[in-house]
Amino acid sequence: MEPMIQVTDLYKQFGKLEVLKGITTTVGRGEVVAVIGPSGSGKSTFLRCINLLEKPTGGTVNVAGFELTKPKANIAKARQNIGMVFQQFNLFPHKSVLDNLIYAPINVLGLSKEDAVKRAEVLLERVGLSEKRDNFPNQLSGGQKQRVAIARALAMEPNVMLFDEPTSALDPEMVNEVLDVMKQLAESGMTMVIVTHEMGFAKEVADRVLFLDEGILMEEGSPIELFDHPKTDRAKKFLEKVL
Amino acid sequence: MIDFTKIQDSIPYILQGIPVLFQVVVVAAIAGMIIGIVVAALKITKSKLLRFVGHAYTAVFRGTPLILQLAIIHFGLPQLTGYVTTGYQSAIIAFSLNSGAYISEIIRAGIQAVDRGQWEAADALGIPYMKQLRSIILPQAFKNILPAIMNELITLTKESALISTVGVLDVMRRAQVVGGEKALYFEPLLFAGFVYFVLVMGLSLIGQQVEKAMRKSG
Repeated sequence: MEPMIQVTDLYKQFGKLEVLKGITTTVGRGEVVAVIGPSGSGKSTFLRCINLLEKPTGGTVNVAGFELTKPKANIAKARQNIGMVFQQFNLFPHKSVLDNLIYAPINVLGLSKEDAVKRAEVLLERVGLSEKRDNFPNQLSGGQKQRVAIARALAMEPNVMLFDEPTSALDPEMVNEVLDVMKQLAESGMTMVIVTHEMGFAKEVADRVLFLDEGILMEEGSPIELFDHPKTDRAKKFLEKVL
Repeated sequence: MIDFTKIQDSIPYILQGIPVLFQVVVVAAIAGMIIGIVVAALKITKSKLLRFVGHAYTAVFRGTPLILQLAIIHFGLPQLTGYVTTGYQSAIIAFSLNSGAYISEIIRAGIQAVDRGQWEAADALGIPYMKQLRSIILPQAFKNILPAIMNELITLTKESALISTVGVLDVMRRAQVVGGEKALYFEPLLFAGFVYFVLVMGLSLIGQQVEKAMRKSG
């Protein structure tokens, strides 16, 4: 499989606190990778290092053949290619749903407004929110906000999508509508890295699962390998608690 | 005893100070806004030197009396530059620089009150810094800072009475002139106080209306 994301010996320190201690992994094109682990294990930091929202202290990150960690890398340019979905949605509250979707394509990619709107309409249809195009974010439910956020990231037509606990801030009855959109996206062949607590979803959708603990990639494998036959004690203990 | 009929004929003269006062306030508010944005931008950059410049500017203008700043610009600077400014010019310079310092603090706080997730979302979309600031952050910050900006405008209106000290014929100065002419101070000063009070109330009312309208727009 052609590699899409290559992370090599990734270190991240916040002051004296070592959060990531040498993580190496590769995500192939079209692969869906779930990242699980106890809270404080560094999984969100790992994800945020992939698009350099956190600047790694050491190691390299390559996405689609572009090294983001090299000195003077054009990170903004690389990020156009890496969609990100946040736990807290982070929609632009002063812009309508449609404006949330078309702002970056127009202002970053240089699309005409007409083309950007066309693109946005297709995406809103896909996430089932066409009728909300003129609403503002504060008029949407959590699940709707997150679907808009996914559509906003997709509007840049990225090669990779990163999800940082996308359903953790949602009421339970809204989790599925978001997971459904993600599942559909996975089936369409998008490369995805998902930090999640939804073990059922990880098991069903992920091609591979990474188990992080205390900043170390303790174990990785197919969902069956990892969930049903964990090799390390750490993973066993963690899974006992969450499954 | 208080007898306003004694200054009746001087009332139009005092009221003519209102446009004079507003000239200073409006120009200083606009210039102060521009200075405030620039200085606020300095304060949130990554460069230590630029941040220092921004904070030092604010510290100096907030740390000394406005009447002193005005006096230095009007009476002191010509000694250095050889260029004598009119009272009106000195007032505009001093008030702009001074309110710029206060407004920069308001804007900085407003920008930093915007959720960090907004910067991150914009970063993740590859939006360049200046566009993030202009289209994503400032419109949100503006809502937070509007009440404080209105306050600053009110302060500016009241403090503008200091321009009477450099010979500008504003409401305050005119009240003093009338007082001197008629050897009667209480009435003209009280009337001037009434004028300032009405102006400030008017501004507060406008501020409340604008805030209400902003809240409606989501």
